[in-house]
Amino acid sequence: MRTKKLFLMAVIAGFVLAPVMGLSSELKIGMKSEPSSMDPHYHNLTPNNNMANYTFDKLVKQDEKQNLKPGLAVSWKPVTDLTWEFKLRKNVTFHDGSPFTAEDVKFTLNRGQNVPNSPSSFKRYMAHIKKVEIVDPHTIRFSTEKPFPLMATYLSTFAIVSKKHGEGMATKDYNSGKAMIGTGPFKFVEWVPGDRIVYTRNDDYWGDKPEWEKVTVKPISSSPSRVAALLAGDVDIIDFVPTSDIETMEKNPEFSTEKSVSNRVIYLHIDTDRDVSPFVTDNNGQPMKKNPLKDLRIRQAISMAINRPAIVEKVMDGSAIAAGQLLPEGFFAISSNLKPMKYDPEGAKKLMKEAGWGDGFGLTIHGPNNRYVNDAKICQAVAQMLTRVGIKTKVDTMPKNVFFPRGSKLEFSFMLVGWGAGSGEPSSPLGSLLHTYDKEKGYGASNRGRFSNKELDAALEEALVTVDRKKHGDLLIKATEIGMGELGIIPLHFQVTIWAMKKELTYTARTDAYTFASEVFTVK
Amino acid sequence: MTTSAEDVTIQPEKVTIPTVESPFRRFVSDFSESKMALLGLAVFLCIVFAAVFAPYISPQDPYDLAQLDIMEGRLEPGTKSFVGYTHWLGTDDQGRDMLSGIFYGLRTSLAVGSMSALLALLLGGTMGLIAAYFGGKIDTIIMRIVDIQLSFPSILIALILLAILGQGVDKIIIALLAAQWAYYARTIRSTAMVERQKEYIEAATCLAMSHRRIVFRELLPNCLPPLIVVGTVQVAHAIALEATLSFLGIGLPITEPSLGLLISNGFEYMLSGKYWISFFPGVALVITIVSINLVGDQLRDVLNPRLQK
Amino acid sequence: MIVFIIRRSLQSGVVLLLMSVLVFVGVYAIGNPVDILISPEATPQEYEEAIIAMGLDKPMWSQYLTFLNGALHGDLGNSFVFNEPALKLILQRLPATLELAFGALFIAIVLGIPLGLIAGIKSESWVGRSIMSGSILGFSVPTFWVGLMMIMVFAVMLGWLPASGRGQTTDLFGIPVSFFSLDGLSHILLPAVNLGLFKLSLTIRLTRAGTRENLQLDYVKFARAKGLTNGRVIGVHVLKNILIPVVTVLGLELGSLIAFAVVTETIFAWPGMGKLLIDSIGVLDRPIIVAYLLITVTMFIVINFVVDVLYSVLDPRVRLGEEKI
Repeated sequence: MRTKKLFLMAVIAGFVLAPVMGLSSELKIGMKSEPSSMDPHYHNLTPNNNMANYTFDKLVKQDEKQNLKPGLAVSWKPVTDLTWEFKLRKNVTFHDGSPFTAEDVKFTLNRGQNVPNSPSSFKRYMAHIKKVEIVDPHTIRFSTEKPFPLMATYLSTFAIVSKKHGEGMATKDYNSGKAMIGTGPFKFVEWVPGDRIVYTRNDDYWGDKPEWEKVTVKPISSSPSRVAALLAGDVDIIDFVPTSDIETMEKNPEFSTEKSVSNRVIYLHIDTDRDVSPFVTDNNGQPMKKNPLKDLRIRQAISMAINRPAIVEKVMDGSAIAAGQLLPEGFFAISSNLKPMKYDPEGAKKLMKEAGWGDGFGLTIHGPNNRYVNDAKICQAVAQMLTRVGIKTKVDTMPKNVFFPRGSKLEFSFMLVGWGAGSGEPSSPLGSLLHTYDKEKGYGASNRGRFSNKELDAALEEALVTVDRKKHGDLLIKATEIGMGELGIIPLHFQVTIWAMKKELTYTARTDAYTFASEVFTVK
Repeated sequence: MTTSAEDVTIQPEKVTIPTVESPFRRFVSDFSESKMALLGLAVFLCIVFAAVFAPYISPQDPYDLAQLDIMEGRLEPGTKSFVGYTHWLGTDDQGRDMLSGIFYGLRTSLAVGSMSALLALLLGGTMGLIAAYFGGKIDTIIMRIVDIQLSFPSILIALILLAILGQGVDKIIIALLAAQWAYYARTIRSTAMVERQKEYIEAATCLAMSHRRIVFRELLPNCLPPLIVVGTVQVAHAIALEATLSFLGIGLPITEPSLGLLISNGFEYMLSGKYWISFFPGVALVITIVSINLVGDQLRDVLNPRLQK
Repeated sequence: MIVFIIRRSLQSGVVLLLMSVLVFVGVYAIGNPVDILISPEATPQEYEEAIIAMGLDKPMWSQYLTFLNGALHGDLGNSFVFNEPALKLILQRLPATLELAFGALFIAIVLGIPLGLIAGIKSESWVGRSIMSGSILGFSVPTFWVGLMMIMVFAVMLGWLPASGRGQTTDLFGIPVSFFSLDGLSHILLPAVNLGLFKLSLTIRLTRAGTRENLQLDYVKFARAKGLTNGRVIGVHVLKNILIPVVTVLGLELGSLIAFAVVTETIFAWPGMGKLLIDSIGVLDRPIIVAYLLITVTMFIVINFVVDVLYSVLDPRVRLGEEKI
């Protein structure tokens, strides 16, 4: 009854407002997260990378499914095992009319590794390039020490800036707009932190010209407020529609939604390393000398006890896909053998008995409460399900600023975390989550359960120096299958990202969750 | 009240009092003058009852994860549960019965509110009494601290502390205590200042009683009325503040939700028409605070000599 | 007077110093911002580089001294997140918050004083009683809850007012303000009412109490005896006497409005400094948290100081510098 009334109101609101607002050539976007800077190399963070695509271009672009496609580079190939050659696009100009050449690429590679005070730079995507050779203004060669199959993938992560306008410029010059001269589809107008970012169309853009003369991006972090802003006509399109509102938005004839599975897997990380784990207890909550989580059968029992379809349906409102590995179908190097574990509470109990834990034990699940979609709710749901098979599970969720530092200090035994593979292939989660922790070689930075398996390490390390794409992929699949077989992490589901917009608009949903104004169109 | 030496000296007076009207009787009749206040008191007592006996009157233990089932999540008010009872106020996203959730939430909210108010009263009261009784340098120092603290809004103090301490019931009580003790200190000091000048204290001093005895057995009982008024208002304030902090995501942990957290959990479902998850706890919160404030308002009128007719 | 000013300044200095130590140590203890800021794909080596880049590798006391040294030179450090001076980031957002606070204050005064007068004069009638009940409600209903309801009703159901954000601003002496355009006004209305509701109740109660007290005083009886109309007695004489304490209290409440703006700004996505604070707590951006507190505390100290001085000017019975008994 009330639902109906509300819905009716929203429809009326829509009718009244639509003619008033009209659809001029201005697009207003309501976004969940605000970038921390306009400097495209300052902070490797999703919202920053999203906005960088408005003003700047990359050598290699990613399409909506994160397949690589030509950007400022038209083609690329390895000339030797250790050298890649990139052909650059001709007749591309920056917003001030100056031409784009190989010098700008070289400058970018230098600048990107040397941004002062950067909390998270793009160095990891640049440092493997030991030598840059400019063959002619539109041909450039990159040399590495070891064969490097991911060259084009890595070059698809950072924006190319102008040498002329970037030299000697600091982060604040980008924030103020002084250095915001790129080759991208939009020219930067202003950034009012906390309020809006404004762009105008670049009429000389080399690619398809965007439909919008003016674009205003408004950061609205509170999800209900973001939805309310769309319903009230303040903005034309919003990202990250909260799962609770999907049903209403889908039913509302004034608005349409687009969704796509994302590259983010939500998983459980388990302490598989220590004999005494801080949050594993006996049935009475007393600490134990033994860590049952080290037993594969217990990990399998946990995975079986979790009703993934129920989480997808009831917690995520259908906007998630049950997961059995690190990336969803459609991505590079996906194993066809791995399926989500079937829900089988009886089987789980049996496995626990076999492992000698038939009477169960106590556990605490830790998780963030403001990082992933419905994170705290998923923790509670998992705890419910585990409690039912005899693992008495407590829930402790906290803001991400407390959660991640504590997790990295290995203070937890069992935790809910997520991983978005920005590169669109499994080497990044394999290297960070499942490879043995190795500070020297740079592996296992986020391996908060300290899972370790020699075979997996070997397969991954070999994959990373195998340039042949087929072999490279097969090795990644092998590593994935080992990690999932041993349940180094227990995957739960892949997040689905949802956009909602006025029904006159369309947007092709992207797996990387970026919102590009240049890809928003009016329905013809 | 007490049978101390001081009572002996004024006993002749005391004997005559009951023949007219005992102070308590008069207080009751004064208080009952306002129908609203009586209503507030009645409602508040019901709320306290529900909170105290929550485990016995709730159809479900909303803190026991084994009793929750997400498959029962977000049921409309009046839906039958799998086990047989009816979810009169619906369920939240975890399948928590809202009615049970509200009873338990009231428990948490009232406990946090009264606990922090009590601790603040103890700390602030002691500080205020000490300041008033000893005067001089001690008074100056304590009251300076109080003044400085009172110049900052309570929410700011609580925010700073929670940012530093992190989440948890104990942490939020500390934050609320720190945010509120100064109000009590100031109130009790100003009353005690007046009382100190009166004869009975002089008499007690002449009898060479210990400082502690004079302060706590003589001075304190006579300073109680204004303290009670401030106390009721501050309990309501503490409950509202806790709800606000929980709403901002820096209050209590999720598995044992207070009313503020229930509201915040349901907030995201408001626009999609699942109003009950947020609405009913909100109503419960508002009723609680209003009833306490109604009582506090009338107490102020009754106990404040300036407005006495 | 001069002694008073010197003593006050010293006291304020101590408060600021203590506050900065407390917050600095506290935020330091929660954890390391690098864990949140760094790309999750970063290697352990990059992680350490980031720690060094942000100066977090040094011992805490040395970080604090660096900060203190900077603070004495007017530099409160660079935000970890934005890599811009914390002071600049906060001052950028100060106008939006101040404008919201003044808007709320305006609403509280313009609605609160007449309502309070009515409630005071007709304290026994149903009008007076319902105004008082309303004010209890205003005191009791938590700000955030009212905010949600207001968005729900006025923005979503009725579609009259925008749900969030700040509207068009016009520059007044170089400071952007919302008051001069319809768009700006429509954006500020809901958040200002939301923030002002609590103070509205306070104004009503203060005015009512003042009115009731004044009506019993002799001058009112004299005025009535002289044959002045009721309207004139209340509108001029009583009002004049109530106004001073009410306005003083509300002036002091400006500080609390600025603090409570945190809640309203979060709900209405108002780009003020309160929202910046909540966001910064979320990512442990210590320089911003510390700078915000120092700036607000300084602001409070100044407001209190001005009120104290004004008081002594207005009321000769209050002598500054002397301890009250």
